[in-house]
Amino acid sequence: MTAVPATAQPRRRERRGPGSARGREAASGWLFLAPMLVILGLFLVVPVLMALWVSLSDWTGRGSPLSSDVGFVGLDNYESLLLGGGLATQDFGTAMRNNAYYVLLVVPLQTALSLFLATMVNRAALRGKGFFRTAFYFPSVTSSVAITVLWLFLFSASGTINAVLAKLSITGPNWFNDPQGVLHLLLGTVGVDAAPAFLAQHGFLGIPLWEWAAGPSVAMTAFVLLAIFTTSGTFMLLFLAALQAVSHEVEEAATMDGANARQRFFRVTLPMLRPTVFTVVTLGLIGTWQVFDQIYTGTQGGPAKTTLTPAYLSYTAAFQNNQWGRGAAIAFVLFAIIVLLTVLQRVVLRERDVPRRKRFHRDPPAPLAAVAGAVGTTGGPGAGATTSTTTGSDR
Amino acid sequence: MHTIPTRGKRLLASVAATGAGLLVLTACGGSGFDDEGGDAATSGGGGGSLSILIGSSGDAETDAVEAAVAAWSEESGVDATVQVASDLTQELSQGFASGEPADVFYVSADQFQSYAANGSLHPYGSELDDADDFYPSLVEQFTYEDELVCAPKDFSTLGLVINTAAWEAAGLADDDVPTTWDELTEVAGTLTTDDQVGLGFSGEYARVGAFLAQAGGTLVDADGTEATADSPENVEGLTYVQELLASGSAAYATELGTGWGGEAFGTGAAAMTIEGNWITGAMENDYPDVEYRVVELPAGPAGQGTLQFTNCWGVAADSANQSDAVDLVRHLTSTDQQLAFAEAFGVMPSVQSAADGWKELFPEMTAFIDSADFAQNVVNARGAADVITDFNAQLEGLENGDPAAILGSVQTNLQAVLDENAS
Repeated sequence: MTAVPATAQPRRRERRGPGSARGREAASGWLFLAPMLVILGLFLVVPVLMALWVSLSDWTGRGSPLSSDVGFVGLDNYESLLLGGGLATQDFGTAMRNNAYYVLLVVPLQTALSLFLATMVNRAALRGKGFFRTAFYFPSVTSSVAITVLWLFLFSASGTINAVLAKLSITGPNWFNDPQGVLHLLLGTVGVDAAPAFLAQHGFLGIPLWEWAAGPSVAMTAFVLLAIFTTSGTFMLLFLAALQAVSHEVEEAATMDGANARQRFFRVTLPMLRPTVFTVVTLGLIGTWQVFDQIYTGTQGGPAKTTLTPAYLSYTAAFQNNQWGRGAAIAFVLFAIIVLLTVLQRVVLRERDVPRRKRFHRDPPAPLAAVAGAVGTTGGPGAGATTSTTTGSDR
Repeated sequence: MHTIPTRGKRLLASVAATGAGLLVLTACGGSGFDDEGGDAATSGGGGGSLSILIGSSGDAETDAVEAAVAAWSEESGVDATVQVASDLTQELSQGFASGEPADVFYVSADQFQSYAANGSLHPYGSELDDADDFYPSLVEQFTYEDELVCAPKDFSTLGLVINTAAWEAAGLADDDVPTTWDELTEVAGTLTTDDQVGLGFSGEYARVGAFLAQAGGTLVDADGTEATADSPENVEGLTYVQELLASGSAAYATELGTGWGGEAFGTGAAAMTIEGNWITGAMENDYPDVEYRVVELPAGPAGQGTLQFTNCWGVAADSANQSDAVDLVRHLTSTDQQLAFAEAFGVMPSVQSAADGWKELFPEMTAFIDSADFAQNVVNARGAADVITDFNAQLEGLENGDPAAILGSVQTNLQAVLDENAS
């Protein structure tokens, strides 16, 4: 990489000539790319642009959206969706609330669980390692429709889950038909049954704050469990691959520094998994904001709209109610939210203290010292001593 | 220097490969479209073939429609193929958007207005000779801008379905059949035991709405321009349903751990249910041992009332073959053909001249067809589907909710939809 500036200069000059080798190279490069560009353009760029147009038009679903009798309505669809205050806004607000709680629960839990599973099956001394790896991955390869149907049976009023709960003398809820918010239920146990005036009167996206504070409904929590169950296997695989790339010496060195198992995991292994954590959280965010098939096969948004999600709302608005502009607008708002959250997450997970990741491998003492320093700040007793031993042993 | 020729060769190779690739792609696409075009052109003979898209309730319906269409094909010499949609609304929407919809298809009442409004449907009511034979309320359902757009296919009404074994076990006799709300409350209470409720039904407008009709309420006024959801009649009807639920002798099907009223009834979780004539198919297939009878729903303060549901045979405005399509519909809605459909899968004919024939076929089900006299159409204004979905969502919380508040929000939402349609 350091040699680049020296060679780059003359090449840049070369490019100017159209018949030069560089120019021909570029031409053949574009040629190689051409099939992919055509396919991406045809199946990705054009449809996205058309959807954008639909979201700005009053297309009613008959004939081509590009025909002359389709009118441009500007941001009307977005306005009625976000600011209108009518049923469209309320539905969107409800969908956003439901999905936000879904994301808030699923992403951290599935990341934690998959990391936990990965560390478990990564251990050298585990009998039947292959079996467990397969077993944990199994839900991920099963069709989501099949799993959803299975879930409907497991969580039915007289289903297996409630039968098990009954054995423990707990009366299980009527899972997929219970629209009560979990937070509302919790508040109910401490005597807060009705909305405080402030929460009832103020609202956002057409629904009162008290409804925003409802939490996921009991039905939605069943979907949360479903998502965690099905996706943690896939992410376990990602973490497992990353864990196996963590060199054993680093762990050993940390052990030599006197770090206990907990410290080794949280201060050494986990920071090294940061790129994978980013991947997993990003994929989790995208997947959970787009949740559709479970809703479509499972509850169609019910009970009482508590499992309605923006993706499903977009589908019903467009295909069932012929509100194509609104459906497309919902899709683009959802897209904006996902991009925003991914960028936000990228900023939060940015590596601040270590300028270049590769340095970790080239120059072990520095980060280890940082690690030890970090341990020291938490009040680990031998912190000072470990720093000296690390630097000493490496030199 | 020697690298340049190699690059040249590579460039040439890449050009050739890409070109070939693109050729293959275009060839595929081209031949694909040609195939379709060719098929349509050759198999259609002179007038072109018809495609019929239906949303089928099962094999019985599919077979019956296929047989009827085949008989028409034979007679008219026009090829016609029946396709069964797995998701009818979605496939119809795709067809309309592509400009190549099926020629003839089912249109449900709640989708009708939006398809008629965007011009997807060919209005052929005036081309039908005996349009007067259709029930007037069904014609009303499929009228757009004072014109009958499509012919009602068949219809269903809601009735009270009673489990005869449970009825006798509770010591009830034939003349105990409830004819008023008070009697219904009483009978439901009598039928309620530890593991069965008296009355179980789906907690949605399409069932609960019958009580609103019995109280004399409607959701929109006769012109379809003003929402009347929060009328005192509707509040009275909904309050009665709330009282029924609160008394413990009635419950929603979902609370009984079942998907719909028919399942609650078939499994014995409910001794009575409110369902349409489609329940006969479910009972036959899933619960053949349960004996039951069907009676008209009891009368409320404003007399008898029930809801009716219907579909029509839509003909696409974009169809290249509308005259044949209308001819096919004429055949499919004829009295004899409708009776054949009734025999095959239990639907009720949309023409009045078939009513007597139907009663002969199904003597125990006469309550359903007799209910046509006082049946109310469900709301089908464009955009009302969202309002009804919201109403259904609120009805799920009716037992602990406030009927007036629920109907108030329906009123606001419905009026907004009607105003938007009018503007």
